[in-house]
Amino acid sequence: MSTNTDFFEVGADIRDTKAPAGPIERKWSTRKFEAKLVNPANRRKLSVIVVGTGLAGGAAAATLGEAGYNVLNYCYQDSPRRAHSIAAQGGINAAKNYRNDNDSTMRLFYDTVKGGDYRARETNVYRLAEVSANIIDQCVAQGVPFAREYGGLLDNRSFGGVQVQRTFYARGQTGQQLLIGAYQSLERQVAAGTVQMFTRHEMLELIMVDGRARGIVTRNMVTGAIEAVTADAVVLATGGYGNVFFLSTNAMGCNVTAAWRAHRKGAYFGNPCYTQIHPTCIPVHGETQSKLTLMSESLRNDGRIWVPKNAEDCEKDPRLIAEEDRDYYLERIYPAFGNLVPRDIASRQAKNMCDEGRGVGPAVEEVNHRTGETQSRRRGVYLDFASAIERLGRDAVEKKYGNLFDMYAQITGENPYETPMRIYPAVHYTMGGLWVDYDLQSNLTGLYVTGEANFSDHGANRLGASALMQGLADGYFVLPNTINDYLAAAPFEPLGEDHPAVVEAITSVKDRVDRLLSINGTRTVDSFHKELGNIMWEYCGMERTEEGLQFAIGRIRELREEFWSNVKVTGANEDFNQTLERAGRVADFLELGELMCVDALHRRESCGGHFRAESQTEDGEALRHDDEFLYVGAWEFTGAGNRPILHKEPLEYEYIELKQRSYK
Amino acid sequence: MIINLRVWRQPNAQSAGKMVSYRVEDVSEDMSFLEMLDLLNEDLTVKGEEPIAFDHDCREGICGMCGVVINGAAHGRSASPVPTTTCQLHMRSFADGATIDVEPWRAGAFPVIKDLVVDRTAFDRIIQAGGFISVNAGSAPEAHSVPAPKAEADRAFDAATCIGCGACVAACPNGSGMLFTAAKITHLAMLPQGQPERYSRVRTMVAQHDEEGFGGCTNIGECSAVCPKQIPLDTISQLNRDLMKSLFKR
Repeated sequence: MSTNTDFFEVGADIRDTKAPAGPIERKWSTRKFEAKLVNPANRRKLSVIVVGTGLAGGAAAATLGEAGYNVLNYCYQDSPRRAHSIAAQGGINAAKNYRNDNDSTMRLFYDTVKGGDYRARETNVYRLAEVSANIIDQCVAQGVPFAREYGGLLDNRSFGGVQVQRTFYARGQTGQQLLIGAYQSLERQVAAGTVQMFTRHEMLELIMVDGRARGIVTRNMVTGAIEAVTADAVVLATGGYGNVFFLSTNAMGCNVTAAWRAHRKGAYFGNPCYTQIHPTCIPVHGETQSKLTLMSESLRNDGRIWVPKNAEDCEKDPRLIAEEDRDYYLERIYPAFGNLVPRDIASRQAKNMCDEGRGVGPAVEEVNHRTGETQSRRRGVYLDFASAIERLGRDAVEKKYGNLFDMYAQITGENPYETPMRIYPAVHYTMGGLWVDYDLQSNLTGLYVTGEANFSDHGANRLGASALMQGLADGYFVLPNTINDYLAAAPFEPLGEDHPAVVEAITSVKDRVDRLLSINGTRTVDSFHKELGNIMWEYCGMERTEEGLQFAIGRIRELREEFWSNVKVTGANEDFNQTLERAGRVADFLELGELMCVDALHRRESCGGHFRAESQTEDGEALRHDDEFLYVGAWEFTGAGNRPILHKEPLEYEYIELKQRSYK
Repeated sequence: MIINLRVWRQPNAQSAGKMVSYRVEDVSEDMSFLEMLDLLNEDLTVKGEEPIAFDHDCREGICGMCGVVINGAAHGRSASPVPTTTCQLHMRSFADGATIDVEPWRAGAFPVIKDLVVDRTAFDRIIQAGGFISVNAGSAPEAHSVPAPKAEADRAFDAATCIGCGACVAACPNGSGMLFTAAKITHLAMLPQGQPERYSRVRTMVAQHDEEGFGGCTNIGECSAVCPKQIPLDTISQLNRDLMKSLFKR
């Protein structure tokens, strides 16, 4: 067997040097005080590129515009309002303590660090908890219609296994309402002339000059025009990369390209293997499926999860399976938490049941990549509301979950009031991303990264209702107060179109596009993407093994080689060409996928949702190794197919005691 | 299933378009309409033909990016009585062997970019004309300092669920964008935070709506009938009331 050093090498440790000294509750105010200011007259002379218009990007672009900077904002969709933040259902946490249940900044901080399995940076998480209350104020002032009580005050609920009610929500459409709030603020700045909006533009390269990020190269997706844009600073707010798995709950256009181009130019990629798997999605129905749909986790409050005890019963109508022939496996294995075990445990056990051959629903063909053989496997478990309907009545269940039941019926054509729903885990959110310091600056000077695109404050296992909080915290409050410190030294020397760095960036984009268009092979872009996704899900999904990851790396390398010699991209660059767009993104996923496997390979511990088979307790639970892996893994690019360099940022827990998790 | 499609193909805004016939085999009734188009596009690509361009993104019915006219109906008609987005329309709503017409949104204010893709940036410019509350980040008062009565807040929410897909415009014989505009006006007018700019907002947004080339509203109601988020028609009455009142307010 090959050793890990065949796949990567270890470089010097790194540190975040921006978080000031002193007690944790003073750090953010100290940093804001110490950061240099830019006077309002000078802000007009400075420009900032923001890529992405979701919660992090839209909020940042609007806020920088309000401050008086010249903002150039880019998105690949037809309108900034389409950013994928819009699809978040659940809610947003904030330590408001409106319920008088002893919630506090400290408690939100504690819950978030613990929920991240002690793999997030304390200083950042504390700040996130600290500004959370301001986010709610800001959104309410914008007119975000959060749920209210009859007295006119805001309602709250609890979410994701915490013991206080701190989640603010807008039915099942919290992300939509928060995003529309940010979008409206953004359009206000567009009207005011501080923000210039470029829709249907995709960032394809980062421009570095004298060690500073100074601009980007974009492709106009309508005309194919490839243009360089320069500014004093660049902010990437481009979301997550869950689409490396092909099937995920992400929007189809979500991609890693902007972040990956920056990585190739030297930005470190932090914790790439950290993927959140969500247990309650509608299962895959066939090979042509393009997308998975999440069902709110709230269903687990009343639904009971089971599979047949005997594999022979899997094809039967579930209503005909006798009570004693059903295995309510979560209630059996985890009597204390039952169906409400954390996301990672619910997910992994569902996979185990299906691997044992006790899954339900339509059988799906799965390729064994090692042997090339296909096997047929049912990938679903029942989420049964029969006993809830008996206990509460159908009306009460309908009132609580009616919209989710309708959505399920719409997608599957089955009536969940009569037969149990089928669910299965799916890729939902990526906690890895470009490494940033306390100021949200990457290791490249002048390149800032916000929201899901950075390696984030969530560690290994994000809790519910945290992602929206981070996106808006970064966009409205953190970045606009840290980027000043950098911009105080600007404006930097203007760059002409003939500057060598600009010419080089444009040329590399054009060459890449030309190459993709000239291969003219026989396989479609999607066929490569699906195959990559299968490999990633099988070997770098919920459960990983040393051997499986090494195999996956080899297979991805072969697939990447085949892609560059046999992909078929139709049409021309000077056209609206969706095949070309997808080809460029899949090419980057083929490089990212390898790095994710390398990161997963080196982390020989189970943490968060990532179960490393070699690292488990005697009774089969995830086992962390704090003595060896209490660090952020930040990877340096050394060329496609070359061994990347691992830089470790040690994590220090001064305020929170490390504990092993237990749900039994 | 086998599906026969007649699809609007138009290389770009400058060229003329035409309907082209395709036959799609091995369609499963569990596929969404867009997955059926994916299947056709894979086939076209392998043959070296240009795939059909269409807009889509979240495929969960919330981003508002997808949208085509299917057999004359915006987003198509599903088997369920509730209107839906194109991405949430499934092939089980069609018969095996059916012939289906697929066209882009047709409206003067939404020019075709290519095939089934249209330009909806006019909607963004309507929002720019006043579809917001002017508040800078960091200057917001404590959220509980302004209570909002639940009935109005709920009505605001119903209007706020608009996803900006443009089906209302495509369905309207006048090509009016009034339901979209009215949804935003109602959302913000029902909340205490929206009051200071309430009447200037309705004036500037309606003026921009007209300038973009959307037609006028003649109370036909097709917009609300196809709306995947069921934005109520009475938001347009709200718009009209506020517009009338704005004549007397400065």
